[in-house]
Amino acid sequence: MDVSFLLNGESIALTGVDPTCTLLEWLRADRNLTGTKEGCNEGDCGACTVMMIDTDRRVAINACILLLPQLQGKSIRTIEAISAPDGKLHPVQDAMITHHGSQCGFCTPGFIVSMAVAHANGDKDAETALSGNLCRCTGYAPILRAARAASDMPVPEWMSDPSLPETPAEPLIPETAQSLADLYFANPDATLVAGATDVGLWVTKGLQKINSPIFLHQVAELNNVTQTDAGLRIGAGVTMDQMLLLMTDRHPSYAEMLRRYGSVQVRASATLGGNIANGSPIGDNPPPLMALGATLHLRQGNRRRDLVLEDFFLDYGKQDRAPGEFIEAVTVPDQPDRLAVYKLSKRFDQDISAVCGAFNIVVDAGQVSKACIAFGGMAGIPKRATAVENVLIGRPWNEDTIAATWDAWESDFSPLSDMRASADYRLTTARNMLTRYFIADIGGAVDLKEVTA
Amino acid sequence: MTHAKPLPHDAARLHVTGAARYIDDIPTPRGTLHLAFGLSAIASGRILAIDLSMVRAAEGVVAVLQAEDLPSACDCSPSAHDEPLLSDGTLHYIGQPIFLVVARSHLAARKAAQLADIAYDKTSPILTIADALAANSRFEDGPRIWERGDPFPAISDARHQLDGSIDIGGQEHFYLEGQAALVFPQENADMVVHSSTQHPTEIQHKVAHALHLPMHAVRVETRRMGGGFGGKESQGNALAIACAVAAQATGQPCKMRYDRDDDFMITGKRHDFRISYQVGFDDQGQIAGLSFRQYARCGWAQDLSLPVCDRAMLHADNAYYLPTIRIESHRLRTNTQSATAFRGFGGPQGMVGIEAVMDQIAAYLGLDPLDVRRKNYYNAPSKKGRRRTPYGQIVRDFALHEMTDRLMDTSHYMERRNAIYQWNAKNPVLKRGLALTPVKFGISFTLTHLNQAGALVHVYQDGSISLNHGGTEMGQGLFQKVAQIAASRFGVGIDLVRITATDTSKVPNTSATAASSGSDLNGMAVAAACDTIRSRIAAHLAGKYGGTPRGVIFADGRVIAADANLSFAEAAQSAYEARVSLSSTGFYKTPKLKWDRLRGAGRPFFYYAYGAACSEVVIDTLTGEYRILRADLLHDAGASLNPALDIGQVEGGFVQGAGWLTMEELVWDNKGRLQTHAPATYKIPATGDTPPVFNVDLWDAPNPEATIYRSKAVGEPPFMLGISVWSALQQAVAATGTGQVHLNAPATPERVLAAVERVRDGN
Ligand SMILES: Cc1cc2nc3c(=O)[nH]c(=O)nc-3n(C[C@H](O)[C@H](O)[C@H](O)COP(=O)(O)OP(=O)(O)OC[C@H]3O[C@@H](n4cnc5c(N)ncnc54)[C@H](O)[C@@H]3O)c2cc1C
Ligand code: FES
Ligand code: FES
Repeated sequence: MDVSFLLNGESIALTGVDPTCTLLEWLRADRNLTGTKEGCNEGDCGACTVMMIDTDRRVAINACILLLPQLQGKSIRTIEAISAPDGKLHPVQDAMITHHGSQCGFCTPGFIVSMAVAHANGDKDAETALSGNLCRCTGYAPILRAARAASDMPVPEWMSDPSLPETPAEPLIPETAQSLADLYFANPDATLVAGATDVGLWVTKGLQKINSPIFLHQVAELNNVTQTDAGLRIGAGVTMDQMLLLMTDRHPSYAEMLRRYGSVQVRASATLGGNIANGSPIGDNPPPLMALGATLHLRQGNRRRDLVLEDFFLDYGKQDRAPGEFIEAVTVPDQPDRLAVYKLSKRFDQDISAVCGAFNIVVDAGQVSKACIAFGGMAGIPKRATAVENVLIGRPWNEDTIAATWDAWESDFSPLSDMRASADYRLTTARNMLTRYFIADIGGAVDLKEVTA
Repeated sequence: MTHAKPLPHDAARLHVTGAARYIDDIPTPRGTLHLAFGLSAIASGRILAIDLSMVRAAEGVVAVLQAEDLPSACDCSPSAHDEPLLSDGTLHYIGQPIFLVVARSHLAARKAAQLADIAYDKTSPILTIADALAANSRFEDGPRIWERGDPFPAISDARHQLDGSIDIGGQEHFYLEGQAALVFPQENADMVVHSSTQHPTEIQHKVAHALHLPMHAVRVETRRMGGGFGGKESQGNALAIACAVAAQATGQPCKMRYDRDDDFMITGKRHDFRISYQVGFDDQGQIAGLSFRQYARCGWAQDLSLPVCDRAMLHADNAYYLPTIRIESHRLRTNTQSATAFRGFGGPQGMVGIEAVMDQIAAYLGLDPLDVRRKNYYNAPSKKGRRRTPYGQIVRDFALHEMTDRLMDTSHYMERRNAIYQWNAKNPVLKRGLALTPVKFGISFTLTHLNQAGALVHVYQDGSISLNHGGTEMGQGLFQKVAQIAASRFGVGIDLVRITATDTSKVPNTSATAASSGSDLNGMAVAAACDTIRSRIAAHLAGKYGGTPRGVIFADGRVIAADANLSFAEAAQSAYEARVSLSSTGFYKTPKLKWDRLRGAGRPFFYYAYGAACSEVVIDTLTGEYRILRADLLHDAGASLNPALDIGQVEGGFVQGAGWLTMEELVWDNKGRLQTHAPATYKIPATGDTPPVFNVDLWDAPNPEATIYRSKAVGEPPFMLGISVWSALQQAVAATGTGQVHLNAPATPERVLAAVERVRDGN
């Protein structure tokens, strides 16, 4: 494949690229740019963080699971170009020295890049901006101090973004939905690559060859968000950081869950379509989308069809998606916000859910008029708690009703035990999440994040 | 004086610009080869048949080696010669290296390593403590037992008795830079080894041994590690030996770095422990007799398990006087990764045992746990009695009474305790907990001969100083501290001092940078070397300008001898021209140590370092989730060599310790396969896990022992401040009902919820 992009301001035009070569491997091995580190090679530690500049945004991203074709048309800035060409340090670099933010230093380039991105974006929530960068030495306190100290300093002039390169057409990186539809229809065995936060790991950890990949990131329509009569139509290519913004006012609890989805780096890559299409039982978007009654828009060639989201998930590893068919968009119906999403994991931030519960319960005159409850982590697929919903609907909204759902949970779910949680724990907490929803609804204190010392 | 200044890390600028070089960043010549191990898929048994033809045929593969292709057994063990580089046909854990792939790229080597076809003869593995006890599978012939007095009558005669046990999980080091080595073959069959290791001399020794070379034929260099934490004390041996063997076989430079998942699967971790206890105490909670049984899962090879388990026994008292005590320590051999050194080296596990006892006694008597802790503290130096540890060493400078007072005051312990009590009464779902716990940690290697260090210092004729010592830099700031010492000795600014990579050809026969001893030992050795050169310069200048050598002053970059006032460079130049040697070695060995590990008696430690931590948490009783709300730490670094670097160790140690006891969970399946072998499933603390209110202070009192500038070691002790988080979680759980709190570690949300349910149900 042929790929063109900017690296630290320099135009790069690669031909005959191995589409599974990661940016990290290329930087370190081909370019001798060894400032960007490999800590895990799977998107979890942030040591490989680089800055990616696109037409409308500037993000921190993990180079270890970014495949070279995903760079098409973008500009990349690595740690080597965070200080000025004459060696003058960026304010975040100065602050990290002053505040003793590095010990062994191995995590530091990744932190510096994440900090520089947040700094350039005027993002002052250092804790969130840096939650995708692991440090084993410092305990983070000095790093957070450094980020806060630098946040009011002006962005240095050498950090201004260059204009993005012209990209010659590359057939495997389609730019319109029509060309994608045609290409995929003609090559139904191809692998679609969106954010590659799953596919990247097939390469770096599964050591797999990717069968004729088709890269989706340049398909304009997939990134569209439109308000329709049926609700908010969100393109499959919309990434989690954009999704978070979309949900902030509509469904704040959904947005708060997304704030804990992966890390800034992962959220800047991972797409809504990928999170649904992979059929994972622990994907975090399907439960809230199912609770909101979302519709999936699928397309195969020129044939389009709509599906209620839960019908897409047939069985573990099996979805209702034909060869050559792809997800175009998801529509979330407009509705008053009654949604609460609870993501349960060993670590609060940047951890895969052991259980993710989404509750959308409408109460009219003291009675439950509608209950839409969906879970991840409780079955081989994201799944509605239909039996529980049936117990709730039509009953008074009180503790007795919550208690009355006890047995229904077991008819809805028989979860598995794994390294994240035991089956018992999953079932107990799923039940307790309903209690939490109820107590929160009547004004009780249930949110850990609201407690301060 | 340059020491005691809060200077930044010597490589800070290199770190923040990405210019600091780690092993994988060292430019390599064309033709450098890359290695990967093929790993065992079974925990116990034998290889029946092995077909590596697909591996050999894979793209980019240059050679594939099995045990019989090696020049020797290539033992990797730091202790018992029980770790052949490649399996001799018997298999001891899932992840054990069976064969070695040499290929043209890292990726090619990894890919090829997947292609082996191996038939196994499986036997049933010994995985758990129960399995090991049932099979009497252990290191040493039986448990180690240390006793003082007979605790059993003391327990039964005491007013109250309790017994119980706690499981304490292990911990993956998760140094951000994985294990790595790079070997350049030289003329004469010599080898130059670059290794990410805490112990270059051990690497040199093991590589020389593997290749049947004298140690002088192997030079090991370590500029820095991207984190070590004990995980690079012995675990780097295999990579360095593999590279050296492959370099010898191919004549090419060879590099090996573990992919993160391989690093998890192959290398050792912190020992997990079960500690059971029986204790007798009075109405105030003062202990009369205590008996501990410590069971450690050591994994398949001995590695450093014996001294680790010794140190767990040595910290079974933590800060408490135990009039009668018995400690029985079982070092169990299991078919899992060979557990290894990890910050604290068994001390933390031993300490959690006694802290669990303190919390249980307090809960039983309905007392504030801090009152019970203080009741049992060793006596202050001013008081007689209650100062002898179970192994006989006298605790001479027990600072924890004053430190606890100060911390209670600055953390507002009493007010907050009461406020939390009231808050909990009003909140049915969320509960808060507060705990203040102490740390007393013994400083010195318990293997006495390791307590030595060497240094090499050169002063050049332009007055610049080059410094080398046996310690390694893994982020702790050792190089900067030692450079500050040298600068102070010569009375010059730090910019005149250049610290060079640790190198076995400059300083030989070094000990691992471990046991928190780095600056104590190497600082002293460097000071000795500097002093030798300084006296030579002084003698020369006194001879030239008059006065006595002792009267020559080195300060503020000047050297003053009688009426002459020279810059340091002029002094060096003058000495050089007078044919005075400006190069010297320095040597130090820790005094006063005397230790009999079999009897558990003597003085294993030169001194103790102290600390105290007060942590507050909030838990959610519906899911067991929790947050740390605030932590106040007070730590004793003696007269700090560099307060900024020391505070960094305290903050980082606390978070790492809290991680160990909370979210960091290692899970093996029933076949012995580690399930949490990547950061996707093994979670170390992230930014959000740092306490939002985090106050850290140093207890700045000079070490009564004559250490370098009266400082104290600070690498390991703060790790155990994290125990306060676990104890605070227990307090929060206790607030949910009347039952007995029992919270194993790591206290994952799942374990917290289970503990809440038991307390609620009143059992
Ligand atoms: C460090 C890390 C943290 C993570 N944390 C979370 C988390 O907290 N919660 C969570 O739910 N997930 C998490 N994930 C998983 C991952 O982010 C998601 O599954 C992600 O949404 C996948 O999206 P993607 O765009 O990266 O998909 P890709 O990796 O590009 O593709 C995934 C799959 O979807 C297919 N696909 C992609 N787009 C389409 C389309 N439009 N139509 C049809 N098929 C398509 C691909 O062919 C592939 O099979 C994490 C992953 C990493 C690496
Ligand atoms: S190397 Fe860890 S996120 Fe990329
Ligand atoms: S400084 Fe060592 S991992 Fe961050």
